[in-house]
Amino acid sequence: MANSTQLVKHIELYVNSSSTPAQQAASVDAIATLLKNDLLTLEALVREMEMYLTTTDSIIRSRGILLLAELLSQLTSKRLNEASVESLIGFFTERLVDWKALRGAIVGCLSLLRRKSHVGVVTDNKVKAVAQSYLQNLQVQSLGQHDRKLCFQLMECILDRYPAAVRDLGDNLIYGICEAIDGEKDPQCLMLSFRIVEMLSGLFPDPSGPLTDFAEDLFEILGCYFPIHFTHPIDEDVDVKRDELSRALMLAFASTPLFAPFFIPLLLEKLSSSLPSAKVESFKYLSYCTSKYGADKMVKHIGTLWSSVKDATYVSPQSSLSTEAEFMGGMGFQDSEIMKQAFVLLQELVQQSNGSFISLILDDEDIKMFISSLNQYEDFDSIPIDIKQRLHAVGRIISVCANTTIASCNKVFESFFPLLMNYLGLSAAKPIKDSYPAEDYYTPGRLNFGALYLCVELLTACRYLVGFDELTSIHDFSNQTWCVMLHNFSKSLATVFISLLGSNVAENSQNAYVCYGVKGLQNLATFPGSLLAVSKSTYDSILLKLMSVITSDINKTFAWTSAMNSLVEIGSFLDNCPDSERSSSFGSIVVEKIFSLISSDELTMPLSLKLQAAFEIGATGKNFMLRVVQGLDEAISPNLSAVYAHGNLKSVKLTVKLLECYSNKVLPWFHKTGGSEEIPLNFALNIWDKIENSRFFNLGSLENELLDATMTAMKQAVGNCSEESQETIINKALGILLSSNCFRWMESISGNTPLKAEGLQQIHKLDSFAIRDEWITSLFASVVIALRPQTYIPNGKLIFQFFITTLLNGHVHVPSAQALGSLVNKLPLKITGTPLSKNFSLDEAVDMIFHSCIWTSCNGSTCERGSSEIDLSSLRLCSLSTESPKIHAVIGLAWIGKGLIMRGHEKVKDITMTLLSCMISDGNTGSLPKLQHPSNVCNDEDMHHQLMKSAADAFHIIMSDSESCLNRRYHASIRPLYKQRFFNTMMPILSSLMLKSDSPSIRSMLCRAIAHVVSDTPLTAILSEAKKLIPLLLDCLSMMVKDILNKEIIYSVLLIISGILVDKNGQEAVAENAHSIVNQLIELATYPHMMVIRETAVQCLVAMSELPHTRIYPLRTQVLQAMLKALDDPKWVVRQEAVRCRQAWASIATRSLHF
Amino acid sequence: MNFTRFLFLTLSCHSVSNSLRIHRKVYFLTVLHHIRDIKDPEHPYSLEELKVITEDAIEVDDNKSHVRVTFTPTVEHCSMATVIGLCLRVKLIRCLPPRYKVDIRVAPGTHATEAAVNKQLNDKERVAAALENPNLVDMVDECLAPSYA
Repeated sequence: MANSTQLVKHIELYVNSSSTPAQQAASVDAIATLLKNDLLTLEALVREMEMYLTTTDSIIRSRGILLLAELLSQLTSKRLNEASVESLIGFFTERLVDWKALRGAIVGCLSLLRRKSHVGVVTDNKVKAVAQSYLQNLQVQSLGQHDRKLCFQLMECILDRYPAAVRDLGDNLIYGICEAIDGEKDPQCLMLSFRIVEMLSGLFPDPSGPLTDFAEDLFEILGCYFPIHFTHPIDEDVDVKRDELSRALMLAFASTPLFAPFFIPLLLEKLSSSLPSAKVESFKYLSYCTSKYGADKMVKHIGTLWSSVKDATYVSPQSSLSTEAEFMGGMGFQDSEIMKQAFVLLQELVQQSNGSFISLILDDEDIKMFISSLNQYEDFDSIPIDIKQRLHAVGRIISVCANTTIASCNKVFESFFPLLMNYLGLSAAKPIKDSYPAEDYYTPGRLNFGALYLCVELLTACRYLVGFDELTSIHDFSNQTWCVMLHNFSKSLATVFISLLGSNVAENSQNAYVCYGVKGLQNLATFPGSLLAVSKSTYDSILLKLMSVITSDINKTFAWTSAMNSLVEIGSFLDNCPDSERSSSFGSIVVEKIFSLISSDELTMPLSLKLQAAFEIGATGKNFMLRVVQGLDEAISPNLSAVYAHGNLKSVKLTVKLLECYSNKVLPWFHKTGGSEEIPLNFALNIWDKIENSRFFNLGSLENELLDATMTAMKQAVGNCSEESQETIINKALGILLSSNCFRWMESISGNTPLKAEGLQQIHKLDSFAIRDEWITSLFASVVIALRPQTYIPNGKLIFQFFITTLLNGHVHVPSAQALGSLVNKLPLKITGTPLSKNFSLDEAVDMIFHSCIWTSCNGSTCERGSSEIDLSSLRLCSLSTESPKIHAVIGLAWIGKGLIMRGHEKVKDITMTLLSCMISDGNTGSLPKLQHPSNVCNDEDMHHQLMKSAADAFHIIMSDSESCLNRRYHASIRPLYKQRFFNTMMPILSSLMLKSDSPSIRSMLCRAIAHVVSDTPLTAILSEAKKLIPLLLDCLSMMVKDILNKEIIYSVLLIISGILVDKNGQEAVAENAHSIVNQLIELATYPHMMVIRETAVQCLVAMSELPHTRIYPLRTQVLQAMLKALDDPKWVVRQEAVRCRQAWASIATRSLHF
Repeated sequence: MNFTRFLFLTLSCHSVSNSLRIHRKVYFLTVLHHIRDIKDPEHPYSLEELKVITEDAIEVDDNKSHVRVTFTPTVEHCSMATVIGLCLRVKLIRCLPPRYKVDIRVAPGTHATEAAVNKQLNDKERVAAALENPNLVDMVDECLAPSYA
């Protein structure tokens, strides 16, 4: 063969003990590839390797065999013919004798035995031969850990894949396995050996089979591992968890009932261990074994089992008061892990034991005594804590018994229920009449709390037994003893529970009673209707009582919340199991009450509670929510009218709350449940109706809050609608807008012919812009903001122009600006299809922005220049005569720019250029006409500064994410990485401007803009530019430090610098500027106005100390000096950081500090 | 653990800088926090765990910028008393502003050569000389290592 020399080379490389593991793996791979591609046959390989496989040098031989085995395990998916499989398995079986070259033989057997049937498997005969050879030759426990693991894997594989082949090995096999696993200590091997025992039990399930003789031996081998306990600290490379191991052992224990006589005594003995984990494990194992061994194996031990469960739960309970005990109303015990497992065991025993176990519990003298002793304690507060703990334990025991099977439930009811009823003063013979003055009789002080508690626990258990869906066959239950008994008492029980809620004693001591009263009522009311645990009248009275708590007991927080929760439970139960009769009860009593609550003006209940109740009840079902929404609508509508007509302050506050509930809870709920979009649509239309109908607004100054709330709700509503509904809304809104005054004056200024002088005058008559118009404009803006991109906007051009006008007008400039931004973000690029002139495309919009006569409506001279150019001078902002509209225009441009950049439109460049020119234009040299009054000049300078500042802040608007518009919720189109792109285009421009300009005011504005752009860019983009950026950022910082108002900006820039410092790639850039960075950081380390800035600066200095020595060594003394000051900082955090920093810098040179 | 709660020593202090003469607000100084986790030279425990220093052992007078630490060696003949004292001093010098004068003493009657140790610890020259000794500095740094973690 041509590549035979190469093959030999690979084999040599593998066999050679001096080559590295990587080389060996590579050579195995190379040969395996040859085999897979049929360039080499297996026979040829074996022939080639003959010398290695048979040599007397045991090292080379073992390597050779291992190579063959490794190759086979790589060929799992290649088909091999029967003869070669046969001969290979024969070879490996034989080699099991060769203890010097064992590993290869085991790996070979394993990989052959693991082959899937379609690629050629080993025959049963051969498997049996392997097993025999294994049992004869392998001394597993004398091997190393890895080899032991392989041996166990081999045995596991044999038992798992070829059980039939080895079954008739019988005693030999079991004996061999016992020998192999005896004394194993490695966790991974143990996992395998437990599994082997489990499979062995599966192999010989017969009680008279060979396993019976070995059960005791296996018990002795396995028993010593229980309970699993790691003495050594867990290494990271040991991937076996204690829990997994424990579970594997449990499966092995429970694998066959043959083990029962040995293991159960062991487990019972371990229950008395003082180690809590051992107790937990024992309970766990016992409950699992009970389910596996079957009841008959456990019968002998029933007495012991019960006494140990009783011991763990009742005699020495380990439940602890949970932290929310106060809140839960006094009985909030938390079961310890032991108790939980004990209850699981209890349940398992009750389930398996067919009644013998349950009678053991019910006849238990201690429990009986305890229950009959409950009468001593009249009041909840007089019960000592240990008795409460026992009460809790008994309650759990009873409820576990009751909720396991129907028979056990019957028995529990028969033995305890009459007694409990007796304690509560109830008897089936003479049920309490409705007219009975229950409130007087059942003062909680006289009610037996223990009985009440047990009774409620029992009820809960029954409820659990019945299950929570209608599907369980209910007619089975209705004739059962417990059901009959419960039914007889249900009415009087309900009366008792109701009377508990009615008590008017001090809040705290009553929580326990209230808690169980409510719980009892909830359980009574949520039995499935066909079970008829309660009659309709009782059901109604339960609901009435709970509602009366909701409406009247608003000061008793605990009672209120628990009543609320149980009403929600009852409501959602109705939603799951529809029951027409009860639904109508619930609807008429609860939902209607809530409905009337919201819409009424009575103030006994605060609105926030009303709304909370309404929403929680509504959330239980769609029909209920619709009704609640109706109530909300009805409440909002008169309030809005009151606000519009009279400026009623109280109504303003109410309406704001109602609207907030709408936008924060109701609308998201409908959105989440995928409900109809009628609700948001109607809501939006109703608001517009309201505005349409009230011609005159009589609002004071407080309406801003209301307007904001209305706008938020409107945006949310519109955003949740589909395209068609949105079109309905916008048509309606547009109609109102067109008929309002605001549109009229807009047309008068910017109609088809630009009327310059008059138009401008009109703009300045801002006061004529009535409050109603302001509302209409703002709400219209919110509708536009939340539209979907596909929604058709009628009269787009007009709307666009309108917003441009209102933007400059000033009163509503922010919503208008946001609306413009949203429009340019979502308008279609080009109109395809019908060339309707009404349709409005992005290009037209952009044209309008750049050529709008509004911008240029005053100064004739610059106007002409503008008409010839389309670049930045076309946006003639400076031509507006006063600065205030200019500021508005800048804000508008910022939002428009944001809209454009988010969709990635190239025109954004022109907008940013305009902003830049605004920023760098000097007040005196601009095209600003000199004003006549000299007194105004100073003011004018100030205004100009404001303008520059707002132009710089526009970059913040462009870069930051906004909550109120242009986000996913309002369907903005967002290109990925738009921030990075903007950053990459802007930074060169800004930095070159920085270099050119020398006026300090302009420089400070540029710095501001840079800071805004940088601080909102993702760090990864910044890191690539770090080298150029750092000097700029340092300039920014030194410029900003002067003004106290800039501290937020400083902080965000500082965070960017620290981000660069921490990153590997950034450090190179930092090293170049180390000196100036350190100087700046030292200055910020004493920044007086903000603690986090000082802290971050010192942290940055710590990070600086990681830089190369040569760079930072000269700065050492400087930093140390600065840290002396920081050590005296008034804030502890900064001092702490300063200590770290000082240590870090001191240790870079000499060992100790310079004293 | 005798005390796990944070020890705050409440002190009012004036800025030392005469030119500013700002009356600073009362603030909390946590000398104990700085020295509690210094490791004992001979054991893997901290000084606090070994009760070498306790919260009563620290007196701070911020007006006069003065700190006094009184430590209790575990046994009377503890040969490490001077090293512990040196560690305390080095740590406090590193952590406190330089205006503080640090005074370190062995608790009266707890060490055989109390006077000698006290004298050695508060002698500037001898402390400086000790810190020139690389072996000693290594030892001190090892003791202080956990407290910068």
